[in-house]
Amino acid sequence: MSALRFRVLPSPYEQATIDHRRRKRNKSLMIALFTLPGMTIFILFVIVPIIQSAYFSLYDWNGFGPPTDYVALGNYDRLLNHSIFQTAVANSFIIMSLSLLVQLPLAMSLALMVGRGHLRGKKLFRTILFVPYVFSEVITAIIWRSVLSPDPGALLNTVLAAVVPNFQPIGWLADRNTVVMVLFAVLTWKYFGFHMILYMAGLQGIPADLEDAARVDGATGAEVLRFITLPLLGSTIRLTIFLSVLGSFQQFVLAWVLTNQGGPANASQLIATYLYKYGIQQTKLGYGSAVAVVFFLITLAFSLGYQRLVMRQDTATGRQ
Amino acid sequence: MNKGFRIALVALVTMLVLSAAVVSAQDEVTINWWHIATETTQAGYWQGLADAYMAENPNVNIEITILENAAFKERLNTVMQANDPPDLFQSWGGAVLWNFADNGLVRNIAPELEGEWKDSFSTQAALNLFGQNGEYYGVPYTWGAVGMFYNKALFTEAGLDPENPPQTWAEFIDAVQTLKDAGITPIALGEGEKWPGHFWWVYLALRLGGEEAFLNAYTRTGSFADEPFVQAGEYLQQLIDLQPFQEGFLATTHPESQGVFGNSEAAMMLMGQWVPDAQAQYSATGEGIGDENLGFFNFPGIEEGAGAPDDVMGGGDGFAIGINAPDETVDFLRFLTTEENQRAGAAIFIVPVVNDTEDVFADDPVMQSILEARNNAPYFQLYYDQFLPPAVGSAVVDAVELMFNGAATAEEAAQAIEDVAAFELD
Repeated sequence: MSALRFRVLPSPYEQATIDHRRRKRNKSLMIALFTLPGMTIFILFVIVPIIQSAYFSLYDWNGFGPPTDYVALGNYDRLLNHSIFQTAVANSFIIMSLSLLVQLPLAMSLALMVGRGHLRGKKLFRTILFVPYVFSEVITAIIWRSVLSPDPGALLNTVLAAVVPNFQPIGWLADRNTVVMVLFAVLTWKYFGFHMILYMAGLQGIPADLEDAARVDGATGAEVLRFITLPLLGSTIRLTIFLSVLGSFQQFVLAWVLTNQGGPANASQLIATYLYKYGIQQTKLGYGSAVAVVFFLITLAFSLGYQRLVMRQDTATGRQ
Repeated sequence: MNKGFRIALVALVTMLVLSAAVVSAQDEVTINWWHIATETTQAGYWQGLADAYMAENPNVNIEITILENAAFKERLNTVMQANDPPDLFQSWGGAVLWNFADNGLVRNIAPELEGEWKDSFSTQAALNLFGQNGEYYGVPYTWGAVGMFYNKALFTEAGLDPENPPQTWAEFIDAVQTLKDAGITPIALGEGEKWPGHFWWVYLALRLGGEEAFLNAYTRTGSFADEPFVQAGEYLQQLIDLQPFQEGFLATTHPESQGVFGNSEAAMMLMGQWVPDAQAQYSATGEGIGDENLGFFNFPGIEEGAGAPDDVMGGGDGFAIGINAPDETVDFLRFLTTEENQRAGAAIFIVPVVNDTEDVFADDPVMQSILEARNNAPYFQLYYDQFLPPAVGSAVVDAVELMFNGAATAEEAAQAIEDVAAFELD
């Protein structure tokens, strides 16, 4: 092109805005570039499957060939009216509530004992208490199956027979009324160590001077715990509650093996075991997808709500 | 020989060998074979047959994958959903196999089967479960019967005649009571796995309603809430009320229940043809109750019922052929079910399904009675959970389990099954 072009140089002020814009644009471009690989994987393996599940859940489909039998919300209708699904949801909520009310306080008191107190052999106790968490879930379930077996020679019944007069062996996992409590007890045995370790890590972050200062000011042990230690452990406690709730909902392996697929008579079915039994095992992938969508919505609602309302302060400090 | 000549000779031989391999590689085929015989002697039997076939047909290479039963079912579903069936795989026939066929995942072997091979099967009823509408997708290799296994020593101890076991439901209930009174657990049951208990309900329904009631409910001219199915629950309730099972039977697994029976801790067990081996394998001594103590009788008859006292419920195993299998697979399957190979298997775990093998159990009275029960049955009822779609079979198992838990009445159990059947079968 031969035409002359005149160019007016920008004023210093204009130059600054242009630079600022350019920097901002470069920054966004860079963010986009860096997040691209992660984003691609996230979309491909998280977002797309969720959308697919929602789509499959509208079909009566066994997974062979493409889905063709459109049933609209029929699967959801059956699901919400299925008494075993209602049991499963109730059981998941029972396990979750008991975890918060029993398992976390237990983990906290043990953490205070082996992490703070002047107990002799602290390190040994710490190791022993953490051992159950190291076991694989399947091994845990199989060990407990034999401990809880109705067989007169099984550990728990033998111990009880030695202590309680006229004791009749109990089939702990065979009773529909006790099985969920037994499942909870085993879950607690398995997971309290994990929460205990988190609390101990949290305790280490609390400077001893603060507690000492409180004591100098005349605070009793209980007051130190109530007004100094626990408030300073706040972010750890909020995190363990979050993990505990999600863990309870997602519990599958231990429950599946221990209760033999949610037995007896589906009395110990959890949402995840229900999904596997009625969706995958019975090759009803459409129905299973509907369960998965409901399951997803429950956990999503909880995690978003909890993060926004409760953990906001923790994540906010992290961003500064 | 000088060195140069030696090298040249080696090179020449190598070239010859290589080129020979190239020629034969042209029509080489591989058969992928999935079976579920995890037990060593059974797996060895299949391996032996594969080796023998490969020796005769050097161009065929058979690759065996051994999977545990439950793992097999799950993995098979996965590969089927991915449209990639194995060439030859374990199958029980019935609705599950027909479902694969409806989706074009298995091969129709009717053209090869028709004639001599088809006529060689002694149990046409079993063979027919591997096909539909004139098509066949596989064949059975063993077929048995579910019936009552009992411990003769414990019968004697309780004052029952071990050579004259109960034949009617009333006699059976009396025997249960007699055993209880003698302080002997009458029945071993592994209800922790649910399916062992549903045998009771299905057998009662078979005795009370016969073939007709079941086929009516299946084809939807009748229903699973019909009278015979409710009655089956009432008869079962009568038995449950006697509390005839071992302590904690609701959580006992099937192998554990075999152990209970094999340790002589219970007198009877309603189970299939695998009991003689399993009760020994899972007993504390590994020996079981011994051949001289083990007896078998047909499920007791019910006079007022529509079913014959020798109608049999049971099933067996077979192999089906995947849609992409090479032609040699069909020939290999025929080889697996020759009279000679069936006889060899009878010594290990097979109840033969082909003609001229009736004498294999001449010195094994229990297996002989199972074979006779199977062959003489006027109507052979395949296991519900194989004949019906998985969801319906599972509903039966769940409903009956509730009854064992005292959490459902006979009507409620029948209605629960009907609710699922109405949805799945209509």
